[in-house]
Amino acid sequence: MTQRVMAIEDKLYRNRYKVDEDSHLWIKDPTMCLKCPFDLRCIRVCPTDVFKWEENKVTITYDACVECGACRIACYDIGWKSPKGGFGISYKYG
Amino acid sequence: MTEKFDSVIVGAGPAGAAAAYTMAKAGLNVLVLEKGEKPGSKNMFGGVIFRHHTEQFAPEFWKTAPIERHVIEYQYWFLTKDSHVLLSHRNQRFNNTFNAFTVHRAKFDPWFAKLAEDAGAVLLNRTTVEDVIKENGQIIGVKTDRGDVLSDVVIAADGVNSMLAKHAGLREELPAESVVLAVKEVIALPRQRIEERFNIGPDEGIAAMLVGWGSGMHAGFMYTNRDTISFGIGISLSDLDKSGERPHILFEQFKNHPSIAPLIHDGELKEYSAHLIPEGGYDYVSKIYMDGMLVVGDAAMLVNAINWEGTNLAMTSGTLAGNTVVEAKKKGDFSSRTLVGYRKKLEESFVMKDLKKYKDAPKFFSTNQHFFTLYPAVANELAYRWHIVDEATKSERMKEMKSTLFKRRSKLNLLKDAYHLWRIMS
Repeated sequence: MTQRVMAIEDKLYRNRYKVDEDSHLWIKDPTMCLKCPFDLRCIRVCPTDVFKWEENKVTITYDACVECGACRIACYDIGWKSPKGGFGISYKYG
Repeated sequence: MTEKFDSVIVGAGPAGAAAAYTMAKAGLNVLVLEKGEKPGSKNMFGGVIFRHHTEQFAPEFWKTAPIERHVIEYQYWFLTKDSHVLLSHRNQRFNNTFNAFTVHRAKFDPWFAKLAEDAGAVLLNRTTVEDVIKENGQIIGVKTDRGDVLSDVVIAADGVNSMLAKHAGLREELPAESVVLAVKEVIALPRQRIEERFNIGPDEGIAAMLVGWGSGMHAGFMYTNRDTISFGIGISLSDLDKSGERPHILFEQFKNHPSIAPLIHDGELKEYSAHLIPEGGYDYVSKIYMDGMLVVGDAAMLVNAINWEGTNLAMTSGTLAGNTVVEAKKKGDFSSRTLVGYRKKLEESFVMKDLKKYKDAPKFFSTNQHFFTLYPAVANELAYRWHIVDEATKSERMKEMKSTLFKRRSKLNLLKDAYHLWRIMS
């Protein structure tokens, strides 16, 4: 059987989200990322590719987030809260 | 206007709904706040719910509840990159007396929360709690994105990430080694094809645990639903960090395993989800009561990682928390003097007894990952050699198998492993 690797974007578009205007994720102190002591592990542990390293900073695509919380545990510089009521990921199966 | 309730429960999952049901039944004025569009919208698990614990709320619930299949077979897969040894237990008694049911949480949780509503609890969806309201060290309510609500006792049932327990000062950030990151896909296949592939009848299901496919203590899981398969992996967050691997890439590797791929072949991806599981065990259960507040379910880290149980611990903790609040209401005392009763009840129940029994297991397995790598590899190697037919005599073959085994693990270490495993499990 041939190896088939599905891109994360192709997976995420199957999910149902209600996207809020405001991000529920943020970097508390962006200057810390420049000398990140954790080798930018927010990017690595995220199962939905929310974080990327672009132009010397960590960017956040919060609308892909499934609110697992892994990034917040991986790095204390990540601000994390639940999206407003009814917003964010809304599983149909779960 | 700020309303006042006997109890406000944050989170309408199994723990929160069980607490709400218990208090509403006893005549208390109860409000359940759910941040999702409806209960279950934010929830994901393997997984199964258990007959014994669920029927305490609704006898013969399987006749009406949105369940998928009842489990008749438990499978334990020991994999290498290109082989597997499969140990399984199927029993017709599971057809007569149901033990566990596969469910989709987005369908089951609303049904379960409805039981609490029918008992008199008020459920408010789409409401995110932002903080607790504290007065003289006592929790007297919560701040939500729709306004403040006051109550005698707040119950934090807001899941593994429980921001409420943190806001209340009951716990610090979760340590990475205490949580497992689970990544899961719901894969659709025609009902009949699932039954053919897993050799099961209508309504019958399997629950499977798969180890050995990764570089460490990686576990896979697989549950058959009516016309979907729940399929995923779990990795300790600290192991994931150390490995440098990406969770969804690992998952794709797992899906492409030659023993696994045919099971989900041609399936259609319906949903991709991720969630943390609090698997740290007894030592990581932090303070779960204080003046005016109790913590239940995943928020209290109540998961049995050895037996893969969680929803039953959640429901039981919810019931015990509910009972404690009912007692507190009678006494008119909502301080920790009375609420400590919840912790006591939990300690006397299977919940804390089981967690205590396996207290050392999480640390033991995370520092002895060869149970998940070396032993599956050896089992496969021995199974392979046992079946090879060539010029070798059977005594030569046995000798060869023994030397294969002892080369990988010395006799002394084998004995030590057996002893430690026995100590942990018995």
